[in-house]
Amino acid sequence: MSLDLDTVTKLAHLARLDLAAEEREHLVGELSKIMTFIEQLREVDTEGVAPMTSVAHMALPRRPDLVSDGNCRDKVLANAPDAQDGFYLVPKVVE
Amino acid sequence: MSALTQLTIAEARDRLRRRQIGAVELTEAHLRAMESARALNAFVTETPELALTRARAADHLLGRGEGGPLAGIPLGIKDLFCTEGVRTTAGSKILGNFVPPYESTVSAKLREAGAVMLGKTSLDEFAMGSSNMTAASGPVISPWRRRSNANVALVPGGSSGGSAAAVAARLAMGATGTDTGGSIRQPAAFCGIVGLKPTYGRCSRWGIVAFASSLDQAGPMTRTVQDAALLLTAMAGFDAKDSTSADLPVPDFAAALTGDIRGLKIGIPKEYRADGLSDEIARLWDDGKAMLQAAGAQPVEISLPHTSYALPTYYIVAPAECSSNLARYDGVRYGLRVEGKTLDQLYAKTRALGFGTEVRRRILIGTYVLSAGYYDAYYTKAQKVRALIAEDFRRAFETVDVILTPTAPTPAFALDEGEIDPLTMWLNDVFTVPASLAGLPGISLPTGLSADSLPLGLQLLGRPFDEETLLRVAGVLEKSADFKALPSGVEI
Repeated sequence: MSLDLDTVTKLAHLARLDLAAEEREHLVGELSKIMTFIEQLREVDTEGVAPMTSVAHMALPRRPDLVSDGNCRDKVLANAPDAQDGFYLVPKVVE
Repeated sequence: MSALTQLTIAEARDRLRRRQIGAVELTEAHLRAMESARALNAFVTETPELALTRARAADHLLGRGEGGPLAGIPLGIKDLFCTEGVRTTAGSKILGNFVPPYESTVSAKLREAGAVMLGKTSLDEFAMGSSNMTAASGPVISPWRRRSNANVALVPGGSSGGSAAAVAARLAMGATGTDTGGSIRQPAAFCGIVGLKPTYGRCSRWGIVAFASSLDQAGPMTRTVQDAALLLTAMAGFDAKDSTSADLPVPDFAAALTGDIRGLKIGIPKEYRADGLSDEIARLWDDGKAMLQAAGAQPVEISLPHTSYALPTYYIVAPAECSSNLARYDGVRYGLRVEGKTLDQLYAKTRALGFGTEVRRRILIGTYVLSAGYYDAYYTKAQKVRALIAEDFRRAFETVDVILTPTAPTPAFALDEGEIDPLTMWLNDVFTVPASLAGLPGISLPTGLSADSLPLGLQLLGRPFDEETLLRVAGVLEKSADFKALPSGVEI
């Protein structure tokens, strides 16, 4: 499988990575090589095999639907690069 | 080099209890060793004041005949475990200034057991790597040197390379690691120490910076099998805050080290003897098999037919989960922020600057295999092959009790090997990844030296939640192998 520059540019956008043109060009070759390696899996017959979604063979545990945590706004905001009046600050998103 | 830093955890624990040594004295000896070995770059953050405070508290309790099972034992904590009030970087620039307001379950359990945290050990960025070269704080240098050329700096392996180097160089008595595809076992093998990846679900993942959540598992890195058992006993246990944590009792793992493996069946998977396995590693493996046989176990050749598909499966599943988990680093809630005119620009600039090359590469692969039109062809396909790999092991464990394999295909490589192609780098994990995909416990221990006097490790794999049999066999192999070599600069 070979990826083209448009695909890499689209992936970078989807992943919200602002990559320089030079890096995207380099990645075209590198990711193509990796995808070719990965495509060995096509040889494997997986007809009728259920996809494995978890290695833990157990039912998801349940607990009573009660508040067990909270009231820690300031702790949550303590690591924010920019916060004011108990809110995160971001660039203006609504005109 | 102080005699105190040479003790095993078990020896130190006994001497501390008998008050033959003090916890402060033991911690100070390790802090001095850390100071004189800063060239290894094993720690991202040293916490000497916190360590001494905890050591004093341990001395106070020990003096009254109290204190937890690890009271006063100085440990390194991989910088992937959130530690309350102590910067936790995950080896990344994007979390360079992150100070968690909470403590991970595993490090909290160690603290409750009385352990003393010496500092946060280095790792490959977000635990993605096998060399510790991708850490934002710079590479870690292994304390080991080649006999042929002692001037060449070697990698400690990764991702838990800081923990492995610190334990091997006697800077810490033990350390925590995390293992997603081999990140405890491979660096343990490179540094000549013991590294145990428990069964998925044995230790809580809560508070560990997530990489690939269906694979990540915490475990101990120590100098002896007994010490690994002691640490695991303190680290393991059910945690309501991790929905994949197993609600099972935690045995006294050290009690499993009976020394008796008579009658146990040891699986030798023929697929691991793939083309290109070096003579040196093949011999190490044969020697290990002979040692277990001499102790009364029975080697049995087994087949794990899907072994060669484990790496490509891993490199779909792990990047897919990584791209999802790392979506949270947005420059808004924590960590680095690079301003942009729009919110989207802020995200994209922050993430491009904050993540290193390998992390960006894996995010892109993950994004690709999860994207519309490719999801079934790649991600679902990988999940199906993963099921076949797990089934291979399930079948094998119907006839054998443990499986013996090499841990890594080579000894530690040089830091300055030139640019290594990502696919070549990934081959380091060829023997460790299959068990990770199946969620099985595995342990690496040093059993021999390479022609150039570097440590080599063998890996034992066990049934889910049967770390006890694994440790029992590892204890016997450790005794038979009698690995006594020390890294340069460490003398007894």
